[in-house]
Amino acid sequence: MPFLRILFVRLLTTAITLAGVAVIVFFVIRVVPGNPIAMMLPPGATEEDIARLSALYGLDKPMITQFGIWIAGVMQGDFGTSITTRQPVLNLVLGRLPATLELSIMALVMAMILGGAAALTGTRFRGGRTEGAIDVANGMALSVPDFLWGLVLILLFGVLMPVFHISGRVTPSLDLPFTTNFYLFESLIRLRFDLWADLVAHMFMPALALAIPLAAIIGQLLKQSLKETMNLDYVTLARTKGYGETRVILREALRNAALPTLTLVGVQFTFLIGGTVIIERLFSYEGLGNMAIDAVINRDLPLIQGIVILFAVIFTGVNLIVDLLYTVLNPRLRHG
Amino acid sequence: MSFLSIRNLSVRLKKGQPLLRRVSLDVSAGEVRGLVGESGAGKSMIGKAVLGILPPSIEVTEGEILLDGVDLLRLPPALRRKRIGALAALIPQDPLTALNPSHRIGPQITDRLVDILGWTRANADARARELLSEVQIPDPDRVLRSYPHELSGGMRQRILIASAFAAEPKLIVADEPTTALDVTVQKQILKLIAGMQTRHGTALLFVTHDLGVVSKVCQKLSVLYAGMVVEDTSVADFFAAPRHAYSAALLAATPKYTDPAAGLQPVPEAVIAAVQAEVAAFDRRAAHG
Repeated sequence: MPFLRILFVRLLTTAITLAGVAVIVFFVIRVVPGNPIAMMLPPGATEEDIARLSALYGLDKPMITQFGIWIAGVMQGDFGTSITTRQPVLNLVLGRLPATLELSIMALVMAMILGGAAALTGTRFRGGRTEGAIDVANGMALSVPDFLWGLVLILLFGVLMPVFHISGRVTPSLDLPFTTNFYLFESLIRLRFDLWADLVAHMFMPALALAIPLAAIIGQLLKQSLKETMNLDYVTLARTKGYGETRVILREALRNAALPTLTLVGVQFTFLIGGTVIIERLFSYEGLGNMAIDAVINRDLPLIQGIVILFAVIFTGVNLIVDLLYTVLNPRLRHG
Repeated sequence: MSFLSIRNLSVRLKKGQPLLRRVSLDVSAGEVRGLVGESGAGKSMIGKAVLGILPPSIEVTEGEILLDGVDLLRLPPALRRKRIGALAALIPQDPLTALNPSHRIGPQITDRLVDILGWTRANADARARELLSEVQIPDPDRVLRSYPHELSGGMRQRILIASAFAAEPKLIVADEPTTALDVTVQKQILKLIAGMQTRHGTALLFVTHDLGVVSKVCQKLSVLYAGMVVEDTSVADFFAAPRHAYSAALLAATPKYTDPAAGLQPVPEAVIAAVQAEVAAFDRRAAHG
């Protein structure tokens, strides 16, 4: 079956990509200045101290040997031990992953809702003032990067009208009954809407900051392809059947127009995940991105490696999912 | 009383060139009227105006389109859509682009029955199967579950014809329904439309540039030039003795299979000049008043 073959080929290329990422990150962070030992020792430490600590972490061995040891561990699911926290990297990284995933998916959903609404409204009232206003708003949303939107939102909803929390993932004094780190998801499952509301109040601004630029891209592209689709013959035929404009847009045009947008959303979503690094820092949100910055500051080499590998897995995974979704939405690709 | 009556319909590009110049024509119940003319003569434009699908760049400047006695141009948009959807239907030109690629065939035939006319899904599905058999599609159940890309062009045109007749409309606009098809399929499709029209007693506005098709299918004929009706007559009279010089030239220009040696006869320059003078005179009168 061609579908399985496509999947196999994709998994193979994914493995090669990840291997390349592993090599690059391992050597680059060892070539750049700064080393973890210097960060750990107090000023005035002797050469002996440095040598002893280096040996403890295996940093005295040749670089290629270190790489061999690390890769051998990774193959067995052991990503090493964080130098700063002395905990297994895999545990640390997987512990933070849910927070970042929830934030990114929340941002993606917001972007799709905002962008979709802009595109549909703009198409419904195309050629008029409403469409012009939407184009202007899109242009503004697109020309400001996500972290600046973050600052704007903090000023608006954190300072002027303090309706959302500006820092953290959840109010620290709350008693959390969760067994997983997917707090948002688990609070819904457990029907703890009080906790859910608190989580959303924390997540809202960072998610919105990440969502605004993506929403603008979705809005622009989807409106463009909707307007092109509205001139096609099958849409005209649907009009003669007695359908109104809104119905024609939603039923006849939307699904066909969504295809090019979907591919783009996949690519842009990976950028959005990249954006979480700065946004999480800005909002002190305890996710992977925040951890990545701490790891870099402390030169925690195994932790940096682990985080980068995990980000690479997420990126390739998202691309794979988009390709599969594309086949579902476009019946013409199904028996190709 | 004719079912469709177009009175002095003028249409133009917004603030620009006129596309239809005071067109009048009638189609009685169960009658087939051909609309012929060169490319750009405005024949498709008439069909689009009747079905309410003129592009937004085009505006109606005067006239009436009476569908079963009610002027469509005076109805509010929502009511106009409903009336057109209930009484009229379109057989489009290109079967390859007129079906939605992401919906199955079944819903594309039954959607108006269920959504606009309020049929039950079961009744609509039964009706779709019946129609597909009527247009001689083998294995209707399989076809109803198919996507358009899985079917041939001829098959898709049959589906579009079936779909046009689904709600038993009183009027069908066929917009060059055989032009995009293979020559071998054209004849079958033409026969099919003529047969369906007779059985269902539907009035048909048949847009074509092929006088051969007109002689086979139509009873009445309007000849258009530059958005003006130059001749409105019965098909029998037209082929016996066209009255307007342009119509006569058009008839003479039709290639004859019986006499291939004669070659293609273009419409003479003098005839074109004369009919263009008529159009210019019309525009002068319109400008003054």
